[in-house]
This record gives sequence, C-alpha cells and structure tokens, in this order.
Amino acid sequence: MTRPAAAGAAPRTARGIAASAGRPVVVGEEGAGEAVRFASVPALREGLGMVGYLADDGLAGVVFLADRLGKPVLVEGPAGTGKTELAKSVARLTGARLIRLQCYEGLDESKALYEWNYKKQLLRIQVENAAPDDESAGRWNEIEDDIFSEEFLLERPLLEAIRASEPVVLLIDEVDRVEVETEALLLEVLSDYQVSIPELGTVVATQIPLVFLTSNNTRELSEALKRRCLYLHLDYPSLERERAIVLAKVPDVTEQLADQVARIVRSLRALELKKHPSISETLDWARTLVLLGIESVDEATARETLHLLLKYRTDIELAAKELAAATARDSA
Amino acid sequence: MLEVLTGFVSELRRAGLPVSVTEAADAAEAVRHIPLEDRQAVKYALGATLVKSSAHWRAFETAFEVYFSMRGPQFALEEDSLGPAGARGERAGEQETGSLGREAMRGAGEGGGGDLVSPEELAAMLYRALQNGDTGMLAAVARLAVALFAGMESGRPVGGTYYLYRTLRNLDLDGVLQRLLGAARAGSGGDFAAPAPAGASDGTGGYLEGILQRDAESARLTPLEERLLADEYRFRIAQLQREIEAEIRRRLVADRGAEALAKSLRRPLPEDVDFMHASRDEIAQMRKAIHPLARKLQARLARKRRHLRRGALDFRSTMRHSLSFGGVPAEPRFRHPKPTKPEIFVVADVSGSVAAFARFTMHLVYSIASQFSKVRSFVFVDGIDEVTSIFERSETVGEAVHRVNLEADVIWIDGHSDYGHALSVFWQRWGKEVGPKTTVLVLGDARSNYHSSESWVMRELSERARRVYWLNPEPKAYWGSGDSIVDKYAPFCDGVYECRTLRQLESFVEHLV
Repeated sequence: MTRPAAAGAAPRTARGIAASAGRPVVVGEEGAGEAVRFASVPALREGLGMVGYLADDGLAGVVFLADRLGKPVLVEGPAGTGKTELAKSVARLTGARLIRLQCYEGLDESKALYEWNYKKQLLRIQVENAAPDDESAGRWNEIEDDIFSEEFLLERPLLEAIRASEPVVLLIDEVDRVEVETEALLLEVLSDYQVSIPELGTVVATQIPLVFLTSNNTRELSEALKRRCLYLHLDYPSLERERAIVLAKVPDVTEQLADQVARIVRSLRALELKKHPSISETLDWARTLVLLGIESVDEATARETLHLLLKYRTDIELAAKELAAATARDSA
Repeated sequence: MLEVLTGFVSELRRAGLPVSVTEAADAAEAVRHIPLEDRQAVKYALGATLVKSSAHWRAFETAFEVYFSMRGPQFALEEDSLGPAGARGERAGEQETGSLGREAMRGAGEGGGGDLVSPEELAAMLYRALQNGDTGMLAAVARLAVALFAGMESGRPVGGTYYLYRTLRNLDLDGVLQRLLGAARAGSGGDFAAPAPAGASDGTGGYLEGILQRDAESARLTPLEERLLADEYRFRIAQLQREIEAEIRRRLVADRGAEALAKSLRRPLPEDVDFMHASRDEIAQMRKAIHPLARKLQARLARKRRHLRRGALDFRSTMRHSLSFGGVPAEPRFRHPKPTKPEIFVVADVSGSVAAFARFTMHLVYSIASQFSKVRSFVFVDGIDEVTSIFERSETVGEAVHRVNLEADVIWIDGHSDYGHALSVFWQRWGKEVGPKTTVLVLGDARSNYHSSESWVMRELSERARRVYWLNPEPKAYWGSGDSIVDKYAPFCDGVYECRTLRQLESFVEHLV
C-alpha cells in the first residue's frame, strides 16, 4: 500500500502571510513547529482592511484565536453580512489558496471527502484482463494494490484541504443545509484535521488549515459540531462600520451620501420586514445612486430605488410609507 | 483568573446555556492568547468559545458584565461626589483599568467643586449630549443620573430594574426626544454642528449636520430627513439606557458581589419565557424570536416531508441508477409517498389573560401555513367570530394578528370568557364544515367564569374531526382549580398539552404536522 504524503509532517511555516499585502504582518515563531499567521488582533484587523474587508475587533479577535488555537470558526448570521467574504478575505490576506465546499441537501462522502475513480479502476482491470497471461490469480493482489492507489483517488474539498502542502483556507459554506447525519462527516476533519480512508490509511494534515464554516441558521447545528468550533455571530454592521464599508467599496461616493445611505438602511432594518437589506444590497443601492448622479436622497428617489434594497413588494410598500412618515410608528 | 472563569462558566450554566467541559477548557486556553487588560478582547474570546448560539448572547453579556466588571474595593462608590465638569471627562473608554478610570474622573472633577449637580443641570447636559451625539458625555450623564436619581442604598435587596426604573422616570427621555425634534423642526438645531469634543464624537458624517445647518437658514425638514434624525436620537437614547444599566450593574456588583447579583439578574431565554407572565419587554423579545423560529420550523418540516423513507420500490429509478454499478441494482430506490396535508381549524380564546398566547400560536401556525392544506381561524371570548378572511386580506401575519384584536366580533354579553357558549355557537355555525381531514386546535386556559361547559360540543367535534387538540398556557398544576374546566373537555381531546413557552409551542407544532 502506498501512503500519501502524511508521513513526516512538514513544519508549518508562516510564509506568505501578508506577502500578498506587500509587508510582513506576521512574526513567525518557528519554535517547536508552532507558527502563527497573525501577530496580534490589531495587525490582523489592519491586514483585513488592506484586502478590503472592514472588520471590527470582535471579528478580528475570533479569527486571531482560531489561528492560535487551531480551531475552525463557525460563522453565523443573516444572509448578506459578509460571512463568505470573510473567508475569502482571510485567504487573500494570508496568500493562501481558498478551497470551498458548498453544502447542499444530499451532500455525501463522495462529494465532500474523496471518491474512488471507479471508471478508471474498471478500465485498469480490463486492460489487465486483455493482456494474455495465465498467472492471473497471482497477480490479483498486485492489481488490488494498484487500483486502490492514489492514482485512482479523486480528491474532494475536505481531503484536498488536508493534503495540501501550501497554506490553504477551507470554507465550508452553508453547513446548515446538510442533514444532521452528514454533519458527522465533518467532525473528524474539524477536530483532528485528518481523514481516514479504509484502503489507504489515515491522512493527517501536513499543516493546519484555517477553516471557516458558515451557516444561515435555518436549523440548529449539532452540539458535536458546535463544540469543535469557535463561534462568531456576524450581525448587520453598526452605522459607522456600514458607512465605512460603503465608502471603501463604492467608487466616487461622497461622504455625505454614504452617511445618508447608511442611516436610511439602519432605519429600514429597525422596521419589521420580511427580509432586511443586507450589506451587499446596501452597496448595490449606493452604486446605483452614484450612477444616477444623485447627491442626496429624498423621498421620491428613495421610493423609486427601494426595490434595490428590498425584495418583497409588501416590504417596499411598508418602507415607502414609513420613510415618508417622519416619526416612527410604535411597532404594534 | 481560573477561579473567576470557573465561577463564570457555572453561572452561564445556571442561566441555561449549555457549556461543555471542552468549551470551558477552550475558553481557558483562549484567554492565554490575548491581553487580559483588554476587556473587549476577553469578552470576545470567551464569547467565541463558550456561547454557540446568538440567542444566548444576551444572557452571556449580562453575566459577563457582572463577573468581569471592575472588581474590588477600589471601584466602590467613591465617585458619587462628581461635579458637572465630570461630564467632559473621558470615561477611559475601552481600557477600563481601574486607576486610569479614577484619574480621569478626578481630573474631571476639578471644576465641579465636588458637589452633586442639580437635576436641572443634568437635564441640560443630557439634552446637549443627545443633541451632539457625544458618547463620552452620554456615559458621564448616565453615571450622574444614576448617582442622582437611583437612590441606591448599600445592602438593599432590590433588583437592578427598580433602580433603572427610578432613574429613567426622572430623566423623562420621551420628553427630551420630543424637545429635540421640536428644536430641529423649528430650525434651531444649529449647534448640532458645533464640533464635538475631540475624540468623543465619532464625527457623524456630514449628512445630518448638513440638514440642520441648512435648516437654520431656510427650509423645513422633509419627512425623510425628520425620520432619519428621529432615528438617530432614538439610537442615542438607547445607548444612554445601556450606559445607565451598565452603571447600575457596576454599582450593584461593588455592593453585593458578583455571585449574588448574577442570580438576581438571571432571566430566562426568550424561548423559555412564560406567555402568561411575560413583561412587555419580554413579549417584544419573543416577537423577535418567533420569526426565525417559524422559519426554522418550516425548513425542518419541509425537509422531513421529503425524507420520509417509506413507500413502494420505484423499479424504473432503481434500474436507471443501477447503471452506475454496472447493472447491479445496488441501491434500491423508493417512491416517496406524499403525506396528505391536514386542514387546521384554530379556535382561540383571545380574552385578556391568554391573548398573548393566542397571538403567538396563530402567528406560528400561519407562518407555516404552507404545511397545511387549509387554515381557518376563529377567535372567541364569550362570542365567537371567524377571522380567516383577516389573515387572507393582510399582507403579513404580524399585521393580521394585530387586526384580529381590533376587528373581530367576540363579545356576546359581557366580555368575560364563556367557553360553553362560544363552543356551542361554533358547533351551530361551522360544525358541519369540520370533516375527517380536519385537525381542530383549541387554545385557551378553559377558565369559563363558572358558565356551563357544554362539553358535548367537544365530543361531537372529536367524532367528526381527524384530531382535536387543546393547548393550555397554564401550568399543569393549576388545571381544574377554580373556574378552570379543562378536565371536562379533556376526555374528548386527542391530547391536552401544557404550552407555556415558545419552546413547548414549537415542539407541539412540529408534532402536529
């Protein structure tokens, strides 16, 4: 049996952390194979800012701890608050490759971990049979070893992340979509960073990847999964943060418009809507306003462009009414 | 530190949060990696390791404030003698290390002459702080307000809410808000733009200042501008309330110690609050909780429906699928039968005592209406009325529930619950429409003010309907006491359930589908 690159765990290096950002954010402590990606929380926060992700201290703190403790981060929160973007940004910051596992109902081992390339195996056996030979019995073991070797192994995201020799960030997106039973697949990877393949043995990670799991909270995740993760709840941003995001992401937006956009969005989120505007929708709206050459939003423009922020007719009607109503009606 | 941490963890457990041993160990490990003098960092480190659900965050925050507020005698109530200039004092913001805080306060006290401010001065400061959005000043106002109004006495066994109420009553925040808006409307809000003390204000972007400055010269506020301004003030007031709460808590801890206080502050999680005894604040919390709850329930039920593993072999699909195993039917495929969807009749008592419960139940049932073939609802006190059309006409469930209260005709004689009359009228008018597919849900505490029970209606109903369930928001121990006649109806129901909290309600509804 051939063993994959599991043997002789290569020492983790801190290479490339902020290499992409063009300056060393990282102090690699190479002692005893322990290396860290981020020097401190403020440094991490600043680094994320440089790759275009505005983090607050809580968020940066959790990511920092994830690195130090070698634990996955479970990111939960409403849709469109930058959960997936966080993983992408961390990958960009550390110069790591992003490996993404999109979860869906019915996801199974062969899509998440690994699969044997069975067609190729069949071909291999047939080629063997086609060759005229009489000692076929003795060669069976050889073939068996052969067809269960790496050549016939199809890596799926989890195994790929474990076996990668370069730094990777593993993103397990929308983990709440898989069934409770399937969650168990993830547990071995998340706690021990290893994958057991019966025919090959156990593949142990050569370097501990940063793992992010995102969830839209459509169901409770199992205790076992939660216990293994650090928990980060990403809510809608504060007024200041949202304004900063608009300023950073929308070209040519004036500070005044950004402020007004953020304020209107905050007021909308205070209403009882079916779906509250997300950050990405705020950005779309701000971009549209800039394209239309609007410098200051009044009721008429707000009404005409609300459909960019809100996706339900009832929500739009309610919002238009409320914004023109001057004082908030006490929510009944 | 370890000792504080274990105390903290057991407090969290007492508050109902599931914290495992591994998680506690993780927390201890996490704390090693962060600077301990940074309170926020400690908070987030503990939060990330110990709290695994956003619904528990509030309980965690309260416990954290109590356990990791400034401990020890040096933080006792010595700053009570602060002068008004204390308002300008930096409250040492994030770095609430003790000595720093005290120095700041002392430095701030210089102009005040060590006397308490008068209520009038405080009101003026409050007005200014809210108008300028000056966070440092808001914090100082909160401090002074607590010192001045709360009347806190050492050793009094009173909960924090009492002090909070006293403080807020004296501050008259609603009045202040009206005055602020009035000033803005009149265009005299010019000093809004006055530069806030350095570093204290976050420089609230130019927009609102722009409005107010322009207004000082000419035009009136448009409704949109006024709305945004009002929201901004409201936001600042909410911030002030948080500051006041934190201040009261800090003083209580200094007085009584963390363990005792945490016990008095422990509050049930939103899903465990009793419907019948919920405060206004708790009802608001529950209303927020019910939406995600319904969504989760919906997702779970839809999934369950799809994954029922019963039914006949689907030969065609099995053969098709066997091709990938070289023609061996290794994985049999089955036809999933589509279970019939029940028809639901909700019959709800909406008299004062149980109205909240009826509202939540209807809200939940209608939120998952797609799981039922039809939902019809009836409300009663002593008269009964069908309100299905209100739900059909309304845009959102929340609005419909609200309108039910206003529009339904449920009073027959005196507006005291009469289950017997309501049920017999129900039987006369709609009894024929109950069929073998119908599930009838009766919601109420069955406190019928000693009217006759007319329990034959329930017997008839149970014969006609597929199922009859009774949900009672009262604790089981009270059933049958006083004028409660739930025992008379119970024999004819397929189940009588105690349903006091959102959690119980959720599990019942899941069972129902």
